[in-house]
Amino acid sequence: MYEGPVQDLIDELGRLPGIGPKSAQRIAFHLLAADPADIGRLQDALQRVREGVVFCEVCGNVAEQSICRICADPRRDPKLVCVVEEPKDVLAIERTREYRGRYHVLGGALDPLSGVGPDQLRIRELLNRIGTDEITEIILATDPNTEGEATATYLVRLLRDFPGLAVTRLASGLPMGGDLEFADELTLGRALTGRRAV
Amino acid sequence: MSLYRDTGVVLRVQKLGEADRIITLLTRRHGKVRAVAKGVRRTTSRFGARLEPFGHVDVQFYTGRTLDIITQVQTVDAFGVGLVDDYPRYTAACAVLETADRLVPEEGEPALRLYLLLAGALRALSGGERDAGLVLDAFLLRAMAYAGWAPAVTECARCGAPGPHRAFSVPAGGSVCPRCRPAGAASPATETLRLMDALVHGDWAVAEASGDRARRECSGLVAAHLQWHMERQLRSLPLVDRQGRVEEQTT
Repeated sequence: MYEGPVQDLIDELGRLPGIGPKSAQRIAFHLLAADPADIGRLQDALQRVREGVVFCEVCGNVAEQSICRICADPRRDPKLVCVVEEPKDVLAIERTREYRGRYHVLGGALDPLSGVGPDQLRIRELLNRIGTDEITEIILATDPNTEGEATATYLVRLLRDFPGLAVTRLASGLPMGGDLEFADELTLGRALTGRRAV
Repeated sequence: MSLYRDTGVVLRVQKLGEADRIITLLTRRHGKVRAVAKGVRRTTSRFGARLEPFGHVDVQFYTGRTLDIITQVQTVDAFGVGLVDDYPRYTAACAVLETADRLVPEEGEPALRLYLLLAGALRALSGGERDAGLVLDAFLLRAMAYAGWAPAVTECARCGAPGPHRAFSVPAGGSVCPRCRPAGAASPATETLRLMDALVHGDWAVAEASGDRARRECSGLVAAHLQWHMERQLRSLPLVDRQGRVEEQTT
């Protein structure tokens, strides 16, 4: 145990996801030896995150103002909405530079084992958007795991009755750069089901 | 012992570090096991989707200092495939997993009967031939019998007088005769207790012929009985979709 503020800093850093006691100690001593200007910038960034970040009123993504940059951009296709679980999934899809539509962030996936049901997600907000905006296609981009698939199934059943609305799901199958012999039965089965003519 | 192998059902997964997960399994010979699956969250992981909840898998473990490490996995039954396509079945199966997890508090304590019961319940839910609510209640009743809390259905829970009796008291331990009936005991329909008895003994002809009211009453009593004995709320049980909630939201 270290004395006073150093131990407090290690304890606080250790509460962050993915940081164990050893990593917390290493970061704490790095900060102790760091330039005061660097510490100041870190303090400012933390302060701005706490005070300045809000959730977009339209899509639920993290934003600086009440409407996020993507929802406010007139060049984005308002007819296409990609439904994702978390704000970090928006960034993952943006990195592809393939998608020009807008997003809807659910805030998680249906996970009864963690007590997350439909009322804990932004599903009602999605239904309201479809009812009022000029949306013609919903792309379900929830994670390809048990919770994400169950969420997609639930949404498909909710959305299939909207007239003129296409509901699509991200393709799933073999990852690029992998070996076929190591693919598990579920993934290979999905890849076979979703095969396409070339 | 450095390596051992067992078959088990994945009960729960928790994120660990950047790309790992802690997988909780109920195994045939080693009871509940918590083990680390390294790199399982990467798209190129050799485990792929085998270690998702509901997976019935054949696993090789390496004995670690605190947690064991999963080194190889093969799928025995992919129950999850049939479950995620049907929300009521998915929520019922989640309640099955959580109950099994809670009923085995100690890791490494063999629980063969519960393991067989769990695999059977997931197979029935995944197959889709039987009503998900009935399968869930049958599992909960039999799991409570495994834990030693089976509700008395055909006799008085207090004096043992043969029934059927009209009153049901969760604190008393099941149906109670008029002499033993405590204040606040419920008065379920005769059909409800008949359904409960059928679910305990696997009489599916009687169970499937039961009406909606009996099923509702039965699931309420089973849930109350389970939570009374567990002394805590199951998170997944209130989220079980017994009445087609999806249709309700759209109307």
